[in-house]
Amino acid sequence: MSPAFFITAIVTILAAATVMSLRNLVHCALAMAITFSGIAAIYLQLNAEFVGFAEILVYVGAIAILIVFAILLTRSGEAPEKSVLTAGWAAGLVVSVLVFAVLGWSALNSTALPTTVTAAPKITVKKIGEALMGKFILPLEIVALVLTAAMIGAVIIALKEDAKTENPGRKS
Amino acid sequence: MFNTLDQIFVNALHWLVSFVPEPWRPLASSMLCISFILMVFPAFFSIITIFERKGIGRIQNRYGPNRVGIPFTKIRLCGFGQFVPDGLKMLTKEDIVPRAADKLIHFLAPVVMLIPVLLAYAVLPFGRNMTMTDYDAGLLFFFAIGGAVEIAVFMAGWSSRNKYSLLGAMRAIAQMISYEIPLILSAVTVVMVVGSLKLEDIIAAQNQYTYGIAHWHVFTPWGLLGFVLYFIASLAESNRTPFDLPEAESEIIAGYFTEYSGFKFALFFLGEYLGMFAISGLGITLFLGGWTSPVSFLTWIPSYIWFFSKLITLIFVFIWIRATLPRLRMDQLMNFAWKFMLPLALINILIAGIWHFMNVEWQRWIVCSTLVLAAYVWLGRGLMHQQKLGKRTYRYAE
Repeated sequence: MSPAFFITAIVTILAAATVMSLRNLVHCALAMAITFSGIAAIYLQLNAEFVGFAEILVYVGAIAILIVFAILLTRSGEAPEKSVLTAGWAAGLVVSVLVFAVLGWSALNSTALPTTVTAAPKITVKKIGEALMGKFILPLEIVALVLTAAMIGAVIIALKEDAKTENPGRKS
Repeated sequence: MFNTLDQIFVNALHWLVSFVPEPWRPLASSMLCISFILMVFPAFFSIITIFERKGIGRIQNRYGPNRVGIPFTKIRLCGFGQFVPDGLKMLTKEDIVPRAADKLIHFLAPVVMLIPVLLAYAVLPFGRNMTMTDYDAGLLFFFAIGGAVEIAVFMAGWSSRNKYSLLGAMRAIAQMISYEIPLILSAVTVVMVVGSLKLEDIIAAQNQYTYGIAHWHVFTPWGLLGFVLYFIASLAESNRTPFDLPEAESEIIAGYFTEYSGFKFALFFLGEYLGMFAISGLGITLFLGGWTSPVSFLTWIPSYIWFFSKLITLIFVFIWIRATLPRLRMDQLMNFAWKFMLPLALINILIAGIWHFMNVEWQRWIVCSTLVLAAYVWLGRGLMHQQKLGKRTYRYAE
């Protein structure tokens, strides 16, 4: 447990708490970007370069922007007046602490996982690529197919239903 | 002699670090590298702004700045002293924050803009053994960090509470996301052929000579197409003309940094130019051989001189394009990205694959060049076909 880990962990958890507690949704989305960066930093500390960079590329660069766009296009942007906390927040806190305690206790006492630390294998990006293109080619292709289908669906939803109303001169 | 000159900065770094006690050496070394980047590139930026103003002036048949030289003397330096008063003016201007603005985010946006841009320099190889951190996935790091700039643009546009700012930010993000795809896909061809995401490996693959000519990727059919696609996409990524819609002065004042003044504006300006240098530097590394020389009899010139002369050449092309091309319309911009550049980049990946697996040299040249030309002509015609050129009718302004 290095000091760097503690700093990133505290920043990540604080940002995550901010996401839940702020009133303005755009602020929440930006705090979520900090959380994602913190998670990426933790991956980097675990020497998982590829996962860390992919986390930044996908989550900070794309997902956070997507969320922000969705908020801007669907809401007026004004923060709600009432508090974000519901009346039963204290009970919720107790329940979540209890659940976490039970999970932590059972994880610490379980014998399913080996407790001795083995040396981490040196995973290069090349190995990840070879695994994706060799052993895991079928799951990769299925994921690609699902994503393509989702994209086509999104395009069809966004299409104009009546093409005749389109202006002839400024055809897009 | 050659080696001393080529490695002068590396040796100077080692010499300076040797004064520091042993446990502090990695820290001191990275501090020195960071200060190198923080000194060299902003200085380069200030020179380039004058270069740009003078260059555009020359192209538009006027003088450009030609007065300011060394103060209290008659030396004018052709106006190249202009950046000092420009910089001082930026630093001393009043910092105006709109009353309705979201103060914290408005303050953070320029900082968030500059951080990823500066981080991107960490993986760029400026010369032989002159890469700060040689990540195994350096290329991925560069693109991942570049994606974070969009957040800063959004923060600036949204927090200003200004219609023009928000419009500019929306335009900027839409444009950046659209052009990021051809940018990355055109770089993927290089990764496929070299078989590594490490920038040092990519340069090593190009640092070979046949008949005295280097194996730069731009000298192959797929590499040429990839470089052109990369260059166009990098113009759009750095918001330069003809893709400067996000800050189109004549339409939306200054886009997402309309409400910024003084030092914060200077930070945006700096961030934009440093981003342009970084993305050009990556283009040089991927396609133009990085710090290697184009012909084998010029290898005695130090590697960093090659890198910076290529960088200046590319920046000059950026300036040249800015001075000559008009701005695109938003729908043209999107059409161009999605209907022309994206399919062409995908076809280019296929061509690179064919190039990689064909063994006879002249055969693969013929096949790949034909494919590149055919794809270009076919997609270009498709784009023209949809234009339906004719008398323009307006919906709102008649």
